[in-house]
Amino acid sequence: MAFAAFTTAEAQPQAPRKSSRIALLLLLPGILYLVLFFLTPLVSLLLTSLQAPLEYGDIGQYQYAFNWQNYVDVMTAYWPHIVRSFGYALAATVFALLFSYPLAYFIGVTARRWPLLQSLMLVLVIAPFFISFLLRTLAWKQILSDESFVITSLKALSLLGPDAHFTGTPFAVIFGLTYNFIPFMTLPLYTTLERLDLRYLEAGSDLYANPFTVFRKITIPLSMPGIVAGTLLTFIPAAGDYVNASRDFLGGPDTQMMGNVIEANFLVLLNYPAAAALSIILMAAILVLVGIYVKRSGTEDLL
Amino acid sequence: MAVREFAERGADLELVGIQKRFPGFTAIQDLDLKIPAGSFFALLGPSGCGKTTTLRLVAGLEEPTQGRILIGGKDVTSTRSHERPVNTVFQSYALFPHMSIIENVAFGLKRRRIADPVGKAHEALRLVELDHLAQRRPQQLSGGQQQRVALARAIVNRPALLLLDEPLGALDLKLRRQMQLELKTIQEEVGLTFLHVTHDQEEAMTMADTVAVMNKGAIEQMGAPAELYDLPRTAFVANFLGQSNLFAGEVAGSTDTAIAVDAGGTRLIVPKARAHRHNGAITVGVRPEKVSLHTEAPSPSPERNVVGPGRVLDVSFSGVSTQYLVDVPGHGTLLVFAQNTGAGPSVGVGAEVWSSWLVEHGFGLEDAAVETERFSSDDSTTSIAAQRRDDLVAELGEG
Repeated sequence: MAFAAFTTAEAQPQAPRKSSRIALLLLLPGILYLVLFFLTPLVSLLLTSLQAPLEYGDIGQYQYAFNWQNYVDVMTAYWPHIVRSFGYALAATVFALLFSYPLAYFIGVTARRWPLLQSLMLVLVIAPFFISFLLRTLAWKQILSDESFVITSLKALSLLGPDAHFTGTPFAVIFGLTYNFIPFMTLPLYTTLERLDLRYLEAGSDLYANPFTVFRKITIPLSMPGIVAGTLLTFIPAAGDYVNASRDFLGGPDTQMMGNVIEANFLVLLNYPAAAALSIILMAAILVLVGIYVKRSGTEDLL
Repeated sequence: MAVREFAERGADLELVGIQKRFPGFTAIQDLDLKIPAGSFFALLGPSGCGKTTTLRLVAGLEEPTQGRILIGGKDVTSTRSHERPVNTVFQSYALFPHMSIIENVAFGLKRRRIADPVGKAHEALRLVELDHLAQRRPQQLSGGQQQRVALARAIVNRPALLLLDEPLGALDLKLRRQMQLELKTIQEEVGLTFLHVTHDQEEAMTMADTVAVMNKGAIEQMGAPAELYDLPRTAFVANFLGQSNLFAGEVAGSTDTAIAVDAGGTRLIVPKARAHRHNGAITVGVRPEKVSLHTEAPSPSPERNVVGPGRVLDVSFSGVSTQYLVDVPGHGTLLVFAQNTGAGPSVGVGAEVWSSWLVEHGFGLEDAAVETERFSSDDSTTSIAAQRRDDLVAELGEG
């Protein structure tokens, strides 16, 4: 970064040097808000994660300590959930990308000539937001339950074994995650593809690239900002999701993700330090993964 | 599969009965064109005349509604763009923003799996004197540099046919001249066939061996630049390629070698060989630099056509020459370019002058001179104002 600053010093637009009081004043509400509702809970969470049980206390009573052993405990107890969380989130992100890219390409590029169709399809992508995602996920549970028309028909056609279930399987959880995050993937993809200059694609095919190579070498790299934004918007919330994997929705006992474990520790087991430690681990892991991803995808000069 | 080898030499291009219709309008109607191998061919026309569409048809970016396209004798009408031995320098350059300059230039070579793509790309960049910027991104280059990269990216592939879509439009005059020269040199060195689309008539005339003037989806006239300039066939060509003074008239008589035209009472002689029509209504034209001015009526002679007397409306000095706008009653306005050699008379605004030109400099057009309106004075605000005043005076007089 420092070198870049040296070489393009002349081209850099000069930032206003005067730190104006008005700017500070305007920033104040935002800073206050962040301190109150982000920094304070974060510090509190960190402190909670290091608490130790109160001696001779009741269940759920803790005292401040530096009990880093909590982290080791939750890691050993819940490492399958941690791995599962990121595995499911990754799978859901990949499926959502595979599903959304053609959709976004159709809306943003193919449908450019028909603006009405374009807006209609965008509305259809956004439409699910009008209903709470809890209700939608419950609806999927109904549709895919063992007694549902879909599953009984599949069983009647012998496409599913007589004892097969859909709800409660990892596949159902990944399906639910994918379904719930598709709009978050489609919209950023659409915004980059909608601005995609088709003349680059023409230039590519003029330079002997077949349609597949044009897609791989030109369309994909040029839509990278949308891909990065969409995958982040899907992966981060999906990794911490506790609704889809929950037993009350599409999950089962073997599909519990970190969110479910945190919920159980916090609300059922009243083991606040473990819940807090898990939260911190989740946050740190996402930060590291996303950091590596953004660095590797090299989209800095495209963003 | 795609062309794996460099073209040995330029190929000839043939368009047979091409028609291109878009929903709502016809861009090209019945176009026949043959461009010989190794030539520098310019397609000249105003915007919207179908010249860029023609280029896109040849490149394979559009499909013709009707007709066939042959490159080097091979029918490529149904061949897709990436399989045609053609490269284009786009008007917008279309350099890939996510690749460095060298990656841009090597792109086509890599797709064709040609040996040593990077080395050849560097060579092409040296040709356009930009090798030192090979690692930069297109956005970091100036418009002129981007244009040269676009050119390098196309010629590095040694296509049988190079298409240029107004590639010099965005450059300033000096750089444009330089690039014109470079293009011409490259074309002669490599022997490629160039198809250059432009609306700049000067560029077309200085660079091309053959110029085709296109208007409303059809070619009006085609030939060597000098030939086209000297003997335009239609009023459109006469006015698009340089400027012309046009006179509408009737053929009044003819000999074996010449016809006499009665244009609003003035008798104009045109050699038969230089007239595209020999009877009926005809438009006679002459280039402004062929016309000379006289301060007194020249004696009638069979070698010169004389128009006048007229009044000088405007004089504009432009260094090497002076442009006179002469209003001749019954003919409209006449444009005269006089070289500032000190030989001719120098006249001021309002002077009474006669204009004359050698019979062999005139030409007879095939169609009526619709475009002559360009030179008539009715659209000037002073004449409209004068007309209004006259009308008012007449009205008041009646009342």
